[in-house]
Amino acid sequence: MKKSIFQNRWLPYLLIAPQLIVVIVFFFWPAFDTLRLAVFQTSPFGDRQVFVGLKNFTDLLSSPEYYRSVLHSFIFSLGVTFLGLTFSLFLATLANQKISGLPFYRTAVLWTYGIAPPVSGVIWLFIFHPSYGILTYLLSRVTSYEFNWLLKGWVAMALVIFAATWAHLGYNIAFFLAALQTIPKSVTEAAKVDGASGFSLFRWITFPLLSPVTFFLFIMNMVFSFFETFGIIHAVTQGGPGDTTTIMVYKTYVDGFVHLRMGSSAAQSAILMALVIFLTVLQFRYTERKVFY
Amino acid sequence: MVMQSVRKKIFTIAAFLALFWVFAGAAWAKTEIVWWHAMTGFLGEKVNEIVAKFNASQNEVEVKAVHKGSYPETLTAGIAAYRAKTHPHILQVFEVGTQTMLSSGAIYPVFQLMKDQNISMDWNDFLSIVRSYYSKDGNLYSMPFNSSTAILYYNKSLFKKAGLDPEKPPVSFDDVERCAKAVVASGASKIGFTVAWPSWTLVENMHAWHDQPFSDMDNGFAGMATQLKINGDFGVKVWTHLWRWQKEGLFTYSGRGSKGDQAIINGEAAVGLASTALVGTLTKTAKFEWGTGNLPRMAGFPRGNSIIGGASLWVMKGHKPDEYKAVAKFLEFLGKTEQQAWWHATTGYLPISNSALKALQATDHFKKNPHMWTAFAQITSGKITANSQGLRIGNLVAIRDNIEAELENVLSGKKPPKQGLDDAVKKANEILKEFASMYK
Repeated sequence: MKKSIFQNRWLPYLLIAPQLIVVIVFFFWPAFDTLRLAVFQTSPFGDRQVFVGLKNFTDLLSSPEYYRSVLHSFIFSLGVTFLGLTFSLFLATLANQKISGLPFYRTAVLWTYGIAPPVSGVIWLFIFHPSYGILTYLLSRVTSYEFNWLLKGWVAMALVIFAATWAHLGYNIAFFLAALQTIPKSVTEAAKVDGASGFSLFRWITFPLLSPVTFFLFIMNMVFSFFETFGIIHAVTQGGPGDTTTIMVYKTYVDGFVHLRMGSSAAQSAILMALVIFLTVLQFRYTERKVFY
Repeated sequence: MVMQSVRKKIFTIAAFLALFWVFAGAAWAKTEIVWWHAMTGFLGEKVNEIVAKFNASQNEVEVKAVHKGSYPETLTAGIAAYRAKTHPHILQVFEVGTQTMLSSGAIYPVFQLMKDQNISMDWNDFLSIVRSYYSKDGNLYSMPFNSSTAILYYNKSLFKKAGLDPEKPPVSFDDVERCAKAVVASGASKIGFTVAWPSWTLVENMHAWHDQPFSDMDNGFAGMATQLKINGDFGVKVWTHLWRWQKEGLFTYSGRGSKGDQAIINGEAAVGLASTALVGTLTKTAKFEWGTGNLPRMAGFPRGNSIIGGASLWVMKGHKPDEYKAVAKFLEFLGKTEQQAWWHATTGYLPISNSALKALQATDHFKKNPHMWTAFAQITSGKITANSQGLRIGNLVAIRDNIEAELENVLSGKKPPKQGLDDAVKKANEILKEFASMYK
């Protein structure tokens, strides 16, 4: 077999050079710089650097605070992912029915994805605000419990989970809807002939056929909630009360950009980087293969 | 994905605007200097006003004031820009960032700048409490601009509804409790007492106000601070009060930073502690009667003084000589009696120069605006001791954040007050140690 269709051995490199340069400048360089920063302690203005080896990492791994942020990240991400997938699958299934005004509903369910995370955070802040939020007001009428997320950790966590879920709903629905439409009519009709209906049709036909997309969305939602929900947390709780909504990526931001402790922040970034690499590998390996068709 | 393409679009628009700006600026042929600040809303408008006044007063220098977000965001933006060599000429930094700026090696001390530009400034005209906060070895390193202190606000309308004497502001912690109780019990409002800037009003200022140390080394003025002292009897007593009041529904926690301002501005809080900078906003927007008073006193502790907050203007290194000439001109303008008096009178920030104060006293300004006098009277009536001259603590931004997080843990009942303070001190000492290791 002929090895290459190129005569000149430099031409292929030249052709991929633009892409390579982009990747190196915007991905590899910052990534390596992060790793380098992670082994230094740097003064806020960057004028002083002390090499500290792995101290930034060992400090993190021996600090209960850091483990709390990991725990909060998992609670948050799993919350967002499960809530998000459940809701969006439900809504997508509804939007896949033959009803009048369908184009409107289909468009409407996608809207939330067009809203920037900080904006959706602020919307939820207004709805839930302890003193002027409409929902807190209504809740205080029906229950005697005070939904004060400024002081109650679990309320704050629930609030940011809802906000993040809501913001990402459109994305999930778009994928589910597309997947639902690829399910061949013949399969569902055959099942119906066999007497399947309603829930059992969904449970035994639709849901398994959706599994590749569900798995893909599971990974994407984990990634989204781990890394891209910064805006929501920042707009609503700023990590509080205490540190109950301080997820890993938010702690990385606060330590680096508010507290100006670049070393610790870079070490946290490195750990997050490892995590996202792991999730990506997981996605590449299993989306195509292990999912049941 | 969608976010990214939106970002790209914004970036393109920004790039065009920047280009346009550059060309427009070049056509102007004035020396342009940039000032990054953190003033929002009403205060932001006033910053633009003072800059417009300066730009109109002469035709060599054009100052561009750019709002960069909150105080911490502005500082961060300044640092990031400095590292990328795109920093502004003047950066407004809040008082907690003072030590960070002093140690940064990125600044051009204002006393030096003015000396180099042969502009004589009467630095002694600034009030000593302001001067000392921003000076090193007796020389002013940043230009004092907006200085505030924490004072007490109370809502006279709510006091009347609750049957309290609207002309008597609460003066002690017991008073605050009594008033909050009356207001909440009468149903006049759900918020008896609240605070903005919890760490600044309840910890930093309260300690200074009662002559209690915030940290060792005279709060950092005698050398690099290494230990916080806020978990002593006094600190625990204050937090225990708050913790109990929260439980009894008298105190409402309104969140970190300036979040508590809102409850005072919109008339929900009967009593609140906040910055003097709220006077201007309240004068303009409040639809209810309100009054001011000194910070409440805790019985059994000596009298100190409240400390200043707010921000000052730092001149940054790395610009051209003619630009520094322009910066000096602008700072000279800001230091003039007329501007100082105007800034105070419209915003409620402290009048920080003696000449401005005299000019204002010659008019009926303080008679017409008694609330503007409150803060000034408070800050000049106390005793300036080692504990009340200010704070010069490394990475106070992080320490303050951490104190507020622990306060949340205490108020939500997760930890008893003493434990919360102990944990805050422990964490702060680690932060101080890290800071000190940088600047050995």
